[in-house]
Order: sequence, then structure tokens, then C-alpha cells
Amino acid sequence: MEAVAFFAGAIGALGGAIAVIALRNPFYSVLALVVHLVSLAGLFLILHAEFVAAGQVVVYAGAVMVLYVFVAAYVGGVQEPAWEPIPGQQFLAPLLGAALFVELSIAVLGSSLKAVDTQGPTIPLGFGSPGAIGRLLLERFLIAFEASSLLLLLAAVGAVVLAGRRGTSRGGRGGGTPSERFAQSGPNGSAETDPQHARSASEEGGAAALTRPEEGGTAGPTPPTPGPAY
Amino acid sequence: MDTSWYIVLSALLFAVGAAGVLIRRSPLVILLCLELMLNAGNLALVAFSRMLGNADGQVFAVVVMVVAACEVVVGLGLIVAIYRRRLPLNVDDLRELRG
Repeated sequence: MEAVAFFAGAIGALGGAIAVIALRNPFYSVLALVVHLVSLAGLFLILHAEFVAAGQVVVYAGAVMVLYVFVAAYVGGVQEPAWEPIPGQQFLAPLLGAALFVELSIAVLGSSLKAVDTQGPTIPLGFGSPGAIGRLLLERFLIAFEASSLLLLLAAVGAVVLAGRRGTSRGGRGGGTPSERFAQSGPNGSAETDPQHARSASEEGGAAALTRPEEGGTAGPTPPTPGPAY
Repeated sequence: MDTSWYIVLSALLFAVGAAGVLIRRSPLVILLCLELMLNAGNLALVAFSRMLGNADGQVFAVVVMVVAACEVVVGLGLIVAIYRRRLPLNVDDLRELRG
């Protein structure tokens, strides 16, 4: 029974993983990753890691994947060109993956770990339960817990800074790539002689679909004030 | 099932994820492949935790999940920022910082 459950979970996890890298549409890749994560949660249940399995389903397959689905729908399909910067990359990469698998397997199975061929000792009642994990997390691994909370805070602030930027900030737009600068000065570079005015006009044209009311109110009439000294 | 089965499966998933990072060009799919690799590491942690009868590995699996969530948030923020600037969503074109 346990073997059947293991192989079902393993086939689901492996099939999901291969589907993630094989499917062309990023949206389908995200859905394949959901299959992979749910199968992996089943494997965690077999290993008596109930809390980790629940967290996997709730946090990963739930929240994080919803974020992925939103971004995949926002960005849309990406055309991946056939151009290869390294000749034969499509064949070299699976070869490297296979070599990595063989190397990892040899490293683990050829090690002197004797218990790797056993099912593990009999475990006490409540192994992997939320109570046991919480006690470990708050007593023995308190520093890891606090550090991860700080990391979450930093990631939230960083995501707001990265994704909330309009592209109208001077530091962001001023030093763009050559193609971007060309795209900015291309449509109205001939009509406008003032480069500052031309840039702001093209920005307004570019951000017309995604305008936010407070920026439209503040960016127009107020003169450019010097930003805070970082 | 023996622990070695789980470890071999974990190695296989990690290899699939690494091959995906090398093959695909879309930053979104590369982030998905990073998730695959992190989850392979999680599976190995939980399997070794079961093998030793010690729940420390599960705590670290939870911490790895937190780190993966942070990585996803920042990576998706970068992708949205790239998309808004109308730059190509292709890691071969976004190589200005390459040494």
C-alpha cells in the first residue's frame, strides 16, 4: 500500500516536473507545477511530515501558484526564439541534467550512510505534527524563525518597490537601454526639440493604459523637485 | 519504502529543474524551474528527517518554503517591472549586466 502511494506520488511529481520544462505555454507550465506540488505533498504525508505537507498545499499550491497564474496571465505567452547563444544548447542541457542526476545518485547511494536503505526508526506519536514543529521552531531554531520573518518583510517591501515603480522615475527611465531610448525618442523625436519634454510626452503616451490617478495629479503641475538624498 | 528511493527521486527532480533552467529562456519558466529544484531539496530534507527520526529536517523544509516564497515574490516583481518597460522577456536579450 505504501509502495503504491509512493509510486503514484513519484509519477505525479516527475510528470509534473517534466511537463513544466516541456510545455511551451507558461500558463500550462504553472498548472503542471501545481500537479507537481500536490504530488509532493502526498509524498510528504507518507514520510509523516503532516505539517510540511499542509504548508505545501496551502502556501505553495495555493498562494504562490495564484501569484504565478496572475503574472502568467498578465505577461501572456512569451515567444521563445530558436536562436541559441551556445551552439547545441538544447542537446547539451539535458545531457548536463542527466550527468547531474548520476552524480547526485552516486554521491548519496555510494556514501557510507547505513540507514539510507532502511525505512527509518519507529517514530514517536506526534512526529511532524504542528505542535512538534512549532516547538522546535520557537525553541531550538528561533534564530532561523526570526531571520525568515525579517526576510519575508524585506521581500514584501522589495516587491512593492520593484513592481510598483511606474517607469516614470528619473533614475529608472533616464539610463535605459539603447533600444529603450530609441523607442522613447523614435515616435516624437523629430517633432520635439526639447529632449526632456519629448521624454515626458512619450512616457505619458506609454503609460496611458496604466495610469494611476495620484500620479497623474502630482506628476503634471508640480515642478521636478530634487529627490531624497540616498 | 526505503529512504534511498526518496533520495533518488529528489536527485531526479533536481536534475530536471536544472535542465529546465538551462533549456528555457523565459524568466517566468526559469523561476518555475527554480521552484522545482527547491522542492527537490525539500523532499531530500524531509526524507532524511524521516530516516533519522528527527524533526529538524522538517523545520528546515518549512524555512526553505519561506525562502522560496520570498524568491518568488521578488522574481515576479522583476518580471512585471521588465514587462512594463516593454523589454523582451527573454534572458538572452537581458544580458547587459553580463561580465
